[in-house]
Amino acid sequence: MSDLVLDARGLVKHFPITQGIVIKSKIGAVRAVDGVDLQLRRGETLGIVGESGCGKSTLAKLLVGLERPTAGEIMVRGENMIGLSGPALRRARRNIQMVLQDPYTSLNPRMTVGDIIGEPYVIHPDAVPRAGRNRAVRELLDLVGLNPDHLNRYPHQFSGGQRQRIGIARALALRPEIIVCDEPVSALDVSIQAQVINLLANLQRDLGLSYIFIAHDLSVVRHISDRVAVMYLGKVVETGYHKAIYEQPTHPYTQALLSAVPVPDPRLRGHRDHIILEGDVPSPANPPSGCRFRTRCWKAQPYCADHEPLLQIRQRAPHPSACHYAEVRDVLHRY
Amino acid sequence: MTGVTDISVDLDPRAPLLHVDDLHVEFRTRDGVANAVNGASFWLNPGETLAILGESGCGKSVTAQAVMGILDSPPAHVTGGRVLFRGADLLQLPEKSRREFRANRIAMIFQDALSALNPVYTVGFQLAEMFRKHRGMSRADAKRRSVELLDQVRIPAAQERINDYPHQFSGGMRQRVMIAMALALDPEVLIADEPTTALDVTVQAQIMGLLAELQRQRNMGLILITHDMGVVADVADRISVMYAGRIVEEAPVYDIYAHPAHPYTKALLESIPRLDHKGRQLNVIRGLPPSLTDLPPGCAFHPRCGYARDICRTDQPPAYQIAAHRISRCHFIREVLGV
Ligand SMILES: Nc1ncnc2c1ncn2[C@@H]1O[C@H](COP(=O)(O)OP(=O)(O)OP(=O)(O)O)[C@@H](O)[C@H]1O
Ligand SMILES: Nc1ncnc2c1ncn2[C@@H]1O[C@H](COP(=O)(O)OP(=O)(O)O)[C@@H](O)[C@H]1O
Ligand code: SF4
Ligand code: SF4
Ligand SMILES: [Mg+2]
Ligand SMILES: [Mg+2]
Repeated sequence: MSDLVLDARGLVKHFPITQGIVIKSKIGAVRAVDGVDLQLRRGETLGIVGESGCGKSTLAKLLVGLERPTAGEIMVRGENMIGLSGPALRRARRNIQMVLQDPYTSLNPRMTVGDIIGEPYVIHPDAVPRAGRNRAVRELLDLVGLNPDHLNRYPHQFSGGQRQRIGIARALALRPEIIVCDEPVSALDVSIQAQVINLLANLQRDLGLSYIFIAHDLSVVRHISDRVAVMYLGKVVETGYHKAIYEQPTHPYTQALLSAVPVPDPRLRGHRDHIILEGDVPSPANPPSGCRFRTRCWKAQPYCADHEPLLQIRQRAPHPSACHYAEVRDVLHRY
Repeated sequence: MTGVTDISVDLDPRAPLLHVDDLHVEFRTRDGVANAVNGASFWLNPGETLAILGESGCGKSVTAQAVMGILDSPPAHVTGGRVLFRGADLLQLPEKSRREFRANRIAMIFQDALSALNPVYTVGFQLAEMFRKHRGMSRADAKRRSVELLDQVRIPAAQERINDYPHQFSGGMRQRVMIAMALALDPEVLIADEPTTALDVTVQAQIMGLLAELQRQRNMGLILITHDMGVVADVADRISVMYAGRIVEEAPVYDIYAHPAHPYTKALLESIPRLDHKGRQLNVIRGLPPSLTDLPPGCAFHPRCGYARDICRTDQPPAYQIAAHRISRCHFIREVLGV
């Protein structure tokens, strides 16, 4: 398909657990990402949700090339990024940029905002000729709703929401087609969050960007995403269009996650499904056999312990779901 | 079971459980005076849940700390107001009596459980100490009570886990331990300051369910401090909305979501994305919250308010009573309500 801008297959990232200081021996692995496929089309937003530690940030780092996968391929415009090195890799990376969560720590406090936003031009000198860089930076500031005259200020002179705009401007500097946003609004207050969400939506519309949008806030993800992937312990357990995931979830984990999100409407009190999951997420160094969710799943059967469910469309699951007993259940609306 | 205390303070059983009246707190620092709390007022009855809702920096935690009497002074100074517990003004009590109150009558849990627990002692020791110190229990009795309590907050295998240190617990478990510590001496008021902000929604649901259950069993008054309008809608009886150190609107939970009577509350509700349907462009509150060292004159919200007129820039709106238990500090309530 021609409008496919990103096609990742079989992505795996295992972090070795080692013992010993002088002679390190590998005694296991944290299976942070453990076999993920994802596709992204031009102008589309793919939301990724899941509990803390399920591998969202690791996946983001693999996609932008900050981590090297243990296995898998990442095709950007038909070219596998994994095989590339040197100038070819640098060129390919230009096309896929990242915005990080924490506007307080992700910007270098000693650099001016102009230098922060212009830094990609130093790394990629052929992107914009030196003489044009100042103007390019001013245009970027304007594009994200900041005053271009403030380019000599330092990050601490900006509020959290403004710093997030600076991070977005920097990600846009090389005119990428794809932006991976890792919790871009999580650290912001609600009133500021809306400003940044709207900015991202407007930029997407005006520049035809494609987003991978990672967040733990399921309401924000629904608002911004066309499609959504739900992760659990390094794997995607359910994926589909936002309406399918939110209104017809089929995987018990998706259902539990959605039912736990408080909705700002007191009239729904006592009229919603509440699925309370017991316990915590198991360690990704030692995931359960068979279905990884089975230790917390209220539908688990003995079969689930020995047979890993594939992410696929099933009889009662109209979109891909990794559960042997997947079945639609609306947990959001009044009953 | 009543809190056995040796405080010689006259309490009036007919007075509200807790009534904070016109509280003022400022921080005196090198950069000037920060007016963190500017006349906050609210009250709480037994068995009731009051949510204090506001964005970061609006003064929620400082208010809670002033009620508890745990502000560091300097730099903090309580410059006015009263904190009435059954009619007795806690701000007038000597530190010794306040300490007693803190242990026995009003307890608090914090957002960051790890830093609120002592890392060098086991969880069991920290719990048992409270019983030994405040209840004069023997070592064996204190230990037995500690296990019971951990059981009540649903720590699995409590008998064994009391010998673990705080860092050996997950985030959700630590928050349970902190709840156990706060409830150890059967307080009548519990202040929970963003108790689930750092947790996943699934764990948040566990913790909020637990808090509601314990509150019901004990008929405890609960003050829930949060910025999450979803959590408020789920658990609160009443809401106090805070902006720039003042309660700008106070209402029963159903009313405030259906008919907000203050422009700030209304704008907040319109700016959040919804889980249950996909909206269009979000409404945005322009600008930023004001600097506390340099509060705008008149209504502190006026630089960001779509309803603002000249009077808002000069006159601070008083607390208008618009119905039983409904208050809004806005000059143009009728317009906001559309009546
Ligand atoms: N460099 C590393 N070395 C070892 N383990 C790691 C490393 N980076 C991440 N992990 C582990 O991989 C797992 C996934 O981490 P990741 O940061 O991707 O989670 P996440 O989904 O982004 O979580 P959060 O919602 O908390 O941001 C975790 O168990 C984490 O501890
Ligand atoms: N120790 C301190 N010194 C100076 N200012 C403080 C101190 N603690 C809190 N403040 C200020 O008081 C204001 C209210 O803080 P806080 O009550 O913590 O807000 P929140 O509503 O997020 O809980 C903030 O502007 C904060 O910076
Ligand atoms: S496969 Fe079994 S354990 Fe896994 S989600 Fe489905 S029912 Fe639950
Ligand atoms: S008093 Fe004026 S500025 Fe303040 S909230 Fe009401 S209309 Fe807005
Ligand atoms: Mg992360
Ligand atoms: Mg706070």
